[in-house]
Amino acid sequence: MNGVEGFMYPNEVELVWSVLIVLYPYITGLVAGAFILASLERVFRVDAVKPTYRLALLTALSFLLVAPLPLQLHLGHPERSPEMYFTPHSTSAMAMFGYVYLWYLMAVLVFEIWLDYRRDIVLRARRERGLLRLIYKVMTLGSDNISERSLHIDERVGWVVTLIGIPSAFLLHGYVGFIFGSIKANPWWSSPLMPVVFIFSAMVSGIACVMVIYMATSKLRGTTIDMGCVDTIAMYLFYTFIIDFSLEMLDLIHRIYEADESFRSLNFMVHTKLYFSHIVVQIGLGTLTPLVLLAITQVTKLSEMARKRIYALAGALTLIGIFAMRWNVVIGGQLFSKSFLGYTTYKVGMVTREGLPVAIALTLLPLLFLWVLVKLLPPWDDASAAHGATGD
Amino acid sequence: MNLSRRQLMILLPAAAIAWEHVLAGTPEAAPNYTMSEHWWSMLIDIPKCIGCGNCVRACQAENDVPDGRFRTWVERYHVSDENMMYPEVISPDGGKEGFPSVAKEDAGKYFFVPKLCNHCADSPCTQVCPVGATFISPDGVVLVDQKYCMGCAYCVQACPYGCRYIHPEKKVADKCTLCYHRITKGLTTACCEACPTGARQLVDLKNPNDPIHEFLRTHAVQVLKPQMATGAKVFYNELDGSVR
Repeated sequence: MNGVEGFMYPNEVELVWSVLIVLYPYITGLVAGAFILASLERVFRVDAVKPTYRLALLTALSFLLVAPLPLQLHLGHPERSPEMYFTPHSTSAMAMFGYVYLWYLMAVLVFEIWLDYRRDIVLRARRERGLLRLIYKVMTLGSDNISERSLHIDERVGWVVTLIGIPSAFLLHGYVGFIFGSIKANPWWSSPLMPVVFIFSAMVSGIACVMVIYMATSKLRGTTIDMGCVDTIAMYLFYTFIIDFSLEMLDLIHRIYEADESFRSLNFMVHTKLYFSHIVVQIGLGTLTPLVLLAITQVTKLSEMARKRIYALAGALTLIGIFAMRWNVVIGGQLFSKSFLGYTTYKVGMVTREGLPVAIALTLLPLLFLWVLVKLLPPWDDASAAHGATGD
Repeated sequence: MNLSRRQLMILLPAAAIAWEHVLAGTPEAAPNYTMSEHWWSMLIDIPKCIGCGNCVRACQAENDVPDGRFRTWVERYHVSDENMMYPEVISPDGGKEGFPSVAKEDAGKYFFVPKLCNHCADSPCTQVCPVGATFISPDGVVLVDQKYCMGCAYCVQACPYGCRYIHPEKKVADKCTLCYHRITKGLTTACCEACPTGARQLVDLKNPNDPIHEFLRTHAVQVLKPQMATGAKVFYNELDGSVR
């Protein structure tokens, strides 16, 4: 049979969860991580990361808007997905997705962004003409009071929303981990550590993503990169990464030492079919390399240019590594037989609804959304300062 | 609309034929069937299975199972004395056309294991369905409402036995229904009916006169993967420890 080694139950030969289901935890992870980074400034008063606060929120929103698309495209009957809202099955881990998603989108992200930008939106609604004016007018939601007292209330409410947002971000991505971790039929997934690993890997990927986007946009805009800011982000990335890697290693060591009935099969898989994506890309290239690079920046005094290059490289490698981690979880978990007697092969489709071009498009789509959001709601200090100056 | 008598004479038979067509897929009503009086499961008598594949073919014909997917299949185990933990298992095309012959010099034991949905009482597949499209009927059969299923495949991932698949045309979860359309009318399943040796027996645990009760008392009967605690209800007589 096609690409099968040993014995698979006959219905297992073809994978039912494709690269799109790899994208789903990857994208939601970026959302949760970006939000946690934003909360550093808002709740934990880490002022150094202030230049990325708004960018992080807009990044989180861009990715969150795309997050349900891979799921929707994967469904056999996408038109029936509203049933998940109307008749959720109380025992299903997946049934809560719609609610968790909506909660996070509307109650946390959109609300916080709106509160934070309300003053800018009102000023722009007054200043702009034509269609843009209408757009900003609608975005004010009729609330155009930007008195000091009113802005102070915004600030206080925003702080509370961020405070609620932190456990919500953990919920959003821990929940995604639980969807996999609670499947007792699959020993590659079934682990109480899964939600925790997902949360920390989400933070790692989100922080790396915002750092890379901040550096890239600064370069594109021709503005100087705030080195104090990226140094701080890199430091947080480094320490979060250490926790994430430690948890993953704990899971690995536990599996090796316990060596239960599935171990022989999983061990074989990691050394063959998953060798490249797991050992080479995830652990070697995507974890150890960025960890070493970031460690160098922590213990030595490097020039600004060297640090910038290292951060960019480490950030990009981290994003690749976390994608590989999602790949290894989702695809890896379907490559071996639940009889532990064989392995199958996954080939990414090309001209299918779940093919590679669709996956690439879905990965790039959040960047397009971000571009639109950045145009509508510039997150840059200089921009808001300039507008503020003209508005006041 | 004004219809002439002639038009009506043409339309009425046409409507009758069309109505027959509309009803074609509708299962017959089973007026004398009470769900709460039954608790269905199956007995697989491993020593009796000869690996002919009749059951697989009968199932595919009865239930219009797509090629390459299986509501039931047969595995052949080869367990050698040296490596009892890791048997050599084959199931070419689900065992539909039988199995290749075995060379005489091959040491160890050979036996066949028919597989199907275990209609678990605590089934992980029904637990995870986000919309409740798959459910356990009051008579103990795990079914899928294919008009409700979104095709997310979470149930396929949750089944420890590999019994579910996504139907390639209908794009919904599909699996053994224990021939629900037959058993509710007093018939047995297609696979049991086609089995020439009686290796598969439909059983009703709520029927005090079902021979299963005597069989369970007097034989070493096991279910697949008992460590999964799914409440599997397909009972295997003389199940070898190497079977997964």
